[in-house]
Amino acid sequence: MRELLTIFAAGLFGLLFGLGLVTSHMTDPAVVIGFLDFAGDWDPTLLFVMAGAVCVATPAFVFARNRPKALLGEPIILPARNRIDRPLIGGAAIFGIGWGLAGICPGPGIALLGAVYGGTFDKGALVFMPALIAGIFLSRWRPLRNALGAS
Amino acid sequence: MIGAAASGLLLVNGRIAGISGILGNAVRGIEGTWRWAFLVGLIAAPLWSPLLGLPFAIAHHQAGLIQIAVAGLLVGVGTQIGSGCTSGHGVCGIANFSLRSLTATAIFIGFAALTVFVLRHLLPRMAGA
Repeated sequence: MRELLTIFAAGLFGLLFGLGLVTSHMTDPAVVIGFLDFAGDWDPTLLFVMAGAVCVATPAFVFARNRPKALLGEPIILPARNRIDRPLIGGAAIFGIGWGLAGICPGPGIALLGAVYGGTFDKGALVFMPALIAGIFLSRWRPLRNALGAS
Repeated sequence: MIGAAASGLLLVNGRIAGISGILGNAVRGIEGTWRWAFLVGLIAAPLWSPLLGLPFAIAHHQAGLIQIAVAGLLVGVGTQIGSGCTSGHGVCGIANFSLRSLTATAIFIGFAALTVFVLRHLLPRMAGA
């Protein structure tokens, strides 16, 4: 029963997260590129979206810090790492280049799989997501991990 | 809504709403049905938003399909090696006062902006000169 509730809650939070992405137009690459285009007609909207999300989430993280268990009894898992190392910097740089190339990051890419207009799916998402998943498996490749200093 | 969803997943499920981590662990077959449920919820969002009176999700793509494919590959590799994307580092990490996540966020926004600058301003200018 508790396991089912956990799954149901996760689905609901996924939906809420996705509705947030759609409502803030983070699922539209034109808006994302507009935010990243500092030298052009810069659109700061997404900065406020991200800052707003951080402000809402901060009390939850502060509250969670001294609690061992979540509401459904699962342990609260907070990342323990705080080192700023080579994989973090290299990975973030590679991700940034990819984000700038298409204006799609993982959350909006996944959400766009569910976007249907005029009876067809979003072609961009249908290309982006398989490539992203290929990238996930490529990231396990030992020579690449060694080159980027990842364990 | 993004902040509320991240807070909810943390306080109710005890998990960080880091999309690249959730997706990466799900497709690599790491145990946790909740990850697939979260992903299904995310995909369902564009179908639900018009029913709830929220905006319709329309993507005005700025790149051709080959460029999108290259972008996807780089986003996949980068978020796995760098342990996070816009949601995990940019929202959850910063909300958790993590200097590591703040650094990652500054780097990926910086590199994304640089890429957009090269594509939108530098290359067209060089082509025009």
